[in-house]
Amino acid sequence: MKRDEMLKAFARQRKDEIVVAVYMAAQEITHIAPNDLNYTFTGAMGQGSSHALGLALGRPDKRVVVFDGDGSLLMNLGSLVTIANQAPKNYVHCLCENGTYETNGSVPIPRAGQIRFAELAKTAGYRNTYEISDLSDWEKKLPNILKEEGPLFVDLKVEPGEAYPENFPRLYSIEHREKFRRTLASS
Amino acid sequence: MADYPLRAEAIKSEFKRAGIRFVVALPDRVTSHHLLKGLLADPDYHVVQVCKEDEGVSICSGLYAAGHKSVFMMQYTGFLDSINAIRGVGVEGRFPVCMIVGLLGKEADVAPTKSNKFGVKIIEPILDVMGIEHLLIERDADTEQIAPAIEKTFKNSFPTAILIGREPR
Repeated sequence: MKRDEMLKAFARQRKDEIVVAVYMAAQEITHIAPNDLNYTFTGAMGQGSSHALGLALGRPDKRVVVFDGDGSLLMNLGSLVTIANQAPKNYVHCLCENGTYETNGSVPIPRAGQIRFAELAKTAGYRNTYEISDLSDWEKKLPNILKEEGPLFVDLKVEPGEAYPENFPRLYSIEHREKFRRTLASS
Repeated sequence: MADYPLRAEAIKSEFKRAGIRFVVALPDRVTSHHLLKGLLADPDYHVVQVCKEDEGVSICSGLYAAGHKSVFMMQYTGFLDSINAIRGVGVEGRFPVCMIVGLLGKEADVAPTKSNKFGVKIIEPILDVMGIEHLLIERDADTEQIAPAIEKTFKNSFPTAILIGREPR
């Protein structure tokens, strides 16, 4: 499934969830679904899932959906265990599995296509896991994913869709981060 | 114990004075036995145990974005291991990460930069080059600096390092 189509389908069903996104998903979501509760301020590769855990623990009343990358997750695999150990019910960990370090030149990740990320998450202790490769399946399962008790792990098999302009300063903007804080505090 | 120069309880009460409820931690041999285990057993604290130190930098940042103050406990080895996250998230991203760093192997009452332990000797110079303020806690009298340092971290929205120079008991 095309990643931008996957994000557009999510945007159509989004309510008031916090969205943490990294790299390509972060670049794209700022164009596809601009929202003051988009959190792209992750600062270093691999850190999205951990920022999302802090948000989920700090605001257990809000659902937190993270769009992680497979290269990013490999850099912070231990976070699966940390997250499962905390077991936040409001945590949805979506993995955009494209098999490459797309932002860094589309070099393949080690064992691309041969890793069962959902199995890793299940073994770590996530409450439920999904593997989704088809857009219609994602659209069908999403309503339940957005209300099911977490932590959930959703392995989304994606490929690049339309190209969107990159803007790293926007992703890591302190001004936008503070706007996120204010919006979250009042919601 | 009455004559021991640094009590874990004195550090813990400073966390309380600063309004800390979340403690993110990876066991540090300097602070594990008397401070971290005490925090884990105390229902007033929510301890988030991490598998690697860079996770802790980001969890504290997410907690801050959600409106919470936290501290992050680790050994100096973990600080060295998580430099890129501290750089990208804390320094460049200006997230207030308050690090409690145990200086394992530092000789008692010896300045860290004068330590014979190479890893200990380089910590303060690295913090200095990153522009991160730091203070050294070795005695009970030092601990009253902890709550103000935590407050300053969040007021300035920038990392701080509180270095623990001997095992608190």
